[in-house]
Parts: sequence; C-alpha cells; structure tokens
Amino acid sequence: MLDCAIIGGGPAGLTAGLYTTRGGLKNVVMYEQGMPGGQITGSSEVENYPGVTGEISGMDLMMPWPEQCMRFGLKHEMVAVTNVSRTEEGTFRITREDGKVDEALSVIVCTGSTPKRAGFNGENELFGRGVSSCATCDGFFYKGKEVAVIGGGDTALEEALYLSKICSKVYLVHRRDRFRAAPSTIERIMNTENIELLLDAVPEEVYGNAMGVTGLRVSFRDGGSRDLEIPGVFVFVGHNVNNAVLKQEDGSWLCDVNEWGQVIVDLSMRTSTPGLFAAGDLRIEAPKQVVCAAGDGATAALQAITYVDEKQNA
Amino acid sequence: MGKYVELTAATFEETVKEGVTLVDFWAPWCGPCRMIAPVIEELAEDFEGKATIAKVNTDEEQDIAVKFGIRSIPTVMIFKNGEVVDQMIGAASKQAFEEKINAHL
Repeated sequence: MLDCAIIGGGPAGLTAGLYTTRGGLKNVVMYEQGMPGGQITGSSEVENYPGVTGEISGMDLMMPWPEQCMRFGLKHEMVAVTNVSRTEEGTFRITREDGKVDEALSVIVCTGSTPKRAGFNGENELFGRGVSSCATCDGFFYKGKEVAVIGGGDTALEEALYLSKICSKVYLVHRRDRFRAAPSTIERIMNTENIELLLDAVPEEVYGNAMGVTGLRVSFRDGGSRDLEIPGVFVFVGHNVNNAVLKQEDGSWLCDVNEWGQVIVDLSMRTSTPGLFAAGDLRIEAPKQVVCAAGDGATAALQAITYVDEKQNA
Repeated sequence: MGKYVELTAATFEETVKEGVTLVDFWAPWCGPCRMIAPVIEELAEDFEGKATIAKVNTDEEQDIAVKFGIRSIPTVMIFKNGEVVDQMIGAASKQAFEEKINAHL
C-alpha cells in the first residue's frame, strides 16, 4: 500500500513528490511515462519563474527538479496510468498501462493538459508533417523558411518570437484584433520586423502533398481570404485537460468536474472525493503557470500528509 | 545489456535492411524527445536479440531526416526489412512503442 500516488511528472507532480517525501510520507510513487518535466519542457523560454533570471528554456528550468525530489525518497515509475478508482475501504486503485494495479491511501492527480488543435481543415491529417504544436522541437526544420503561428495568447506570441529568430518570416494569425498576452511580449512582437500580423483572421485550410504542408488559406472577418505559401504551421490555441484517468467504467467521474472537465478543488486542492487531490493545469481556474502548478503540488502534498496521518492513526 | 544504436548516414541502410528496427528521430533541444529517451533505453534492453532499437540525431544527420520527410520530432519509425511499416509522431508510453514493434515481429 502506497502512502501517496502522484499521477503525472510535471511541475505539480514533482513538487507534490518533493513535499510529500520531505514531509515524512514513506512510500510515495510518481507515475510518469517518460522522463519527468512536463509540458513546459517544450517552451523556448521562461522568464517568469521567480528567482530564475536571464533567458532559460523550459527544459533547462526543469532539469534539476527530479534529482531534488528523489533525494527525499520519491520513487518514479516509468509507466502510464490508465485509471484511478476508489475501493470500498476508501483507498485507491491505480491501474497501470502495463496491466499491474497498485493501491494507495491518497492520490494527487497532476496529469496537466495537452495543446488543443484549432480545428481547421487538414490540421489533423498534416499534424507532424508541417503542422506542429512545439516550436522548440520543430522550428529547426523551417530554418530560413516562412511559417505561420495560430493564436493570440502568451504561448502563441512567445513561440512566434522564438520562430522569428530561426525563420525568414512569421505570419501571426489571430481571430481577434488584439492580443491577450503580457504587454511586454506584445511590444516585442510589434518591434519584430519579420513578424506579419494577420488579425481578425482564422485559418481555413492547411494543404500539402506527400512531403507535407505547402500552404495555408486564411479567411478574414471582412470576407476576404489569403493563401500563404508556407511549409510550417504552428498551433497555440489553448489546452484540453488530461482527465481520462478519473473517468470510471460506468462513465461517471471519480470526483466532481466542471463542464470543461476541469477538476473542481477547494483552496487546499481537495477534490469532492476524500483522499483525492488535484494540482496544476487540470484543476478549475488553473493559471497554467509553472510557479502555480508547483504551488498547487505543494498545497496538495501538505493536505495529503495530513490525510494519510489521520488514516494511519485512526 | 542491450543498448540502442546511434545511426549515421553511413550506417543507416545497413542497420534497417534486415529484421525489425525502431528508429527514434530526435534532437538535443527537443523536450518531448528527452522525455522518451529513457523509454528508448529500456526498449533496447527488452528487445535485445529480437529487434534493433536505434536513434538518429536529426541535428547531426540532416540528410536522413530530409530523406524520410521528418518535420516533427520525436518521430518514431518502425522498419521491417528496410521498409517503413509504421510511424508515430510525438511522445508516447513504453507500452505504445512495444505494441508497434510486436505487431511486426
């Protein structure tokens, strides 16, 4: 029986692992199907993590985190979790993709979110062959070429700036006439010569041939349209929460979720199910920031310690 | 202990021409590539003697990446007797990669 099972190894899961183990829980496992680090490892730069000055990539930011947690006894199981359910005794059953089942007194779900697709024609068919959601991964394949970025939030703008250093030109396609990103980022966009703004515009269709994308048709609110002859389209239009592990066989959820599937928690990261906590991007009103996810992980861990102590001393 | 092979333009054809080979196209700056790196290492041990597990650093071996039309990494391709029989784009779990290899053994 595990004291605590942590599902997911991003900033929330790692911090939950650090706090639960350092706080005295003995048997804590963090399930992460690959190397821990999470979604932020795909970000080209992070300039808002407190205490970290200068330009640092998401990958470099996360590099020391696992070692710090493991030092206090956190165990990493490199396997995906398919389901979490509750036993009649009020403990939790962790079903793993390798078929094994573990049991835990408490669970902290930190499964995060996945970049959304924008939903234009050809996007799914050409995903990975010119359509991408990771500029640091794939920008290199478009060195000296023209690309489009879809979106108007912080991520879209930051990644457009990153791509503008590699690519000859970046078309920034946004459905509104203004951006909802940090003012400093917007200013940098405006001052970058090789970024062309296509505002009040939505991607209509991406098309290509056997080798991948060759162009993107964009339509404007005023009825016009334009064909961009580009080999690369980067999509940053928000995220869907990864809540599949909480879905039960009968179609219900292990705890309350809202209409978008985000897990409802209180300020202590407690869900509606005792012993089950949620932290990071998958909870309601998540600010989707590394520092917030880490904070959630710590909060959830402190609550989990209290919960486990009460259970063990009952 | 099984170990994956690092492929170059000089060794690529020779390596994939016989049997089943998993080739992971990656680059050092790619976060999701780093995430699956330990999974690839485990696969190399698990499939020792049954399938070849290989990696191509697309930064150093750009000709191979171009030849196979790699536009997104990680891309994992399964070769059987020299032919591409399957491919996956993006990070995935160990089980997902195992299934892809086993389907062609």
